Amino acid sequence: MQKTIAIFKKEFKSYFISPIAYVFITVFLAVSSYLFFHVFFLNNQADMRGFFDPLPIIFLFFIPAIAMRSWAEERKVRTLELLLTWPVSDLEVVSGKFLASFCFIAVAILLTVTIPVSILLIGGKPDLGPIITGYIGTLLMGGAYLAIGMWISSYTENQIIAFLLGVVACFFFYMIGSPFIVMFAAPLVATLFTYLGLGNHFDSIQRGVIDSRDIVYYFSIIGFFLFMNIQSLAGRKWE
Amino acid sequence: MTNSFMLDVRNLNKSFGEVYAVKNLNFQIPKGEILGFLGPNGAGKTTTMRIITCYIPATSGTVRVDGLDTVNDSLEVRRRIGYLAENNPLYSDMTVGEYLTFVGEIRNLSGEKLRSRVDEMFTVCSLTGMENRQIAHLSKGYRQRVGLAQAMMHNPDLLILDEPTSGLDPNQIIEIRQLIRQIGAQKTVIYCSHILSEVSATCNRIMIINNGQIVGSGTAEELTANSARGNRYVVRVKADPTVVKNALGTVPGITQVATKPAGDWIIAEAFVDGAEDLGEAIFRCAVSNGWSLAELKHETASLEDVFIQLTRG
Repeated sequence: MQKTIAIFKKEFKSYFISPIAYVFITVFLAVSSYLFFHVFFLNNQADMRGFFDPLPIIFLFFIPAIAMRSWAEERKVRTLELLLTWPVSDLEVVSGKFLASFCFIAVAILLTVTIPVSILLIGGKPDLGPIITGYIGTLLMGGAYLAIGMWISSYTENQIIAFLLGVVACFFFYMIGSPFIVMFAAPLVATLFTYLGLGNHFDSIQRGVIDSRDIVYYFSIIGFFLFMNIQSLAGRKWE
Repeated sequence: MTNSFMLDVRNLNKSFGEVYAVKNLNFQIPKGEILGFLGPNGAGKTTTMRIITCYIPATSGTVRVDGLDTVNDSLEVRRRIGYLAENNPLYSDMTVGEYLTFVGEIRNLSGEKLRSRVDEMFTVCSLTGMENRQIAHLSKGYRQRVGLAQAMMHNPDLLILDEPTSGLDPNQIIEIRQLIRQIGAQKTVIYCSHILSEVSATCNRIMIINNGQIVGSGTAEELTANSARGNRYVVRVKADPTVVKNALGTVPGITQVATKPAGDWIIAEAFVDGAEDLGEAIFRCAVSNGWSLAELKHETASLEDVFIQLTRG
């Protein structure tokens, strides 16, 4: 546990040493706020649908950008050889890194509370329930994208490749649940696709319904890809 | 007996596809020995070190560190090893102080113990005053010291150093050597290098590896004495080369004679097998044949000769 915390602290801090954190947070806030406000005043409704609806798409690009460096950089500058010859289990390394990136994403997400605060300040009376569940869903969905992106990153030492493949992998899980794909799939496969789709679970959560199946779904996706990540470290045959 | 070995490598093989980086490697290191691990670039040194440190798995064979298997007891093995990897990778966005504290935490140190150990490493590795410098901005010599401090943080039983002096200036090299010898008084050290003088100055025993196989092992003296072309007499005389060759060839103890012209003189190299002193016999041979003798000296091979001979075939 002490080692997981040590890795967590180091990784979390490293975001703020480089300009990555500031650039990321600024761009993320600008994009998500713009997309929200440009429909907010047209709809004239005091809710945050306009913020949450495009998030699965925004995350397709923003989360792999955070995940891409987690392993690719360690491999590139060979610090992986240090990390994996220290007496730390693969689980400790993977969970420490995941938690650090997750907390960084959480910071970026929490900074968007300026949006509900602005709604309140301009006199709107939004239903706070869906907003709170929406944020919970956002964190869970971010975690799922992150686990996928980190897993991809463990297979390459090139951050650009890690980013692009991460986008593709996240897009795959987003897309298979979309009505467009499900419509054409065989009935049995369609059920599976609907369940696996990253976006569907987010839709129901942000509508204000916290269903244990959605929570289980996100935790399973996160757990599964962290497990795959550990497997890819354990089978390191890349040198 | 196996318990007295700090490191026990048996039938170790490592292949990358068709290519064998390490072929059937067998060696043991007793506790408290400084082993120099020599070999040309690409001989399999780094691969062997990576297997010992549990970074990559072996294709076949076993490695035991302090009696513990690197596959089944990987974490315990890694606790006992301090490793300075090839090219000394470091988390360069951290400061020296942050990095060494982080390494200490990874090594299960905390609180007062952690702080005093980090301070100690600053002193031992002459890093005092560099606490707040970012590693990315350090000179190569300082980076190397940070790498060493990292490897020695937990006072490891087995210290593995892959080219620890690369990029250091001669003064720094001497400091590092002294440091390694101090550590080697109590701990076991593997010192990988392709710089021969360094290894012979620091290590108790030298092992030479080529194409993934051990081609020579022993103290520097043993290696040079056993070298087939090492032990020889060099004679500078004025005479006919073929006569010299034949006459010297008849002296008991001399196995082979080679001659080459040097101006009016010829230089003959007489290779000998045993350790007996043949200087007098060669002198008498020269006198009885009436050669003018300008030089007669006994030469043993340098470690360089041995190295070249063993690694070139």
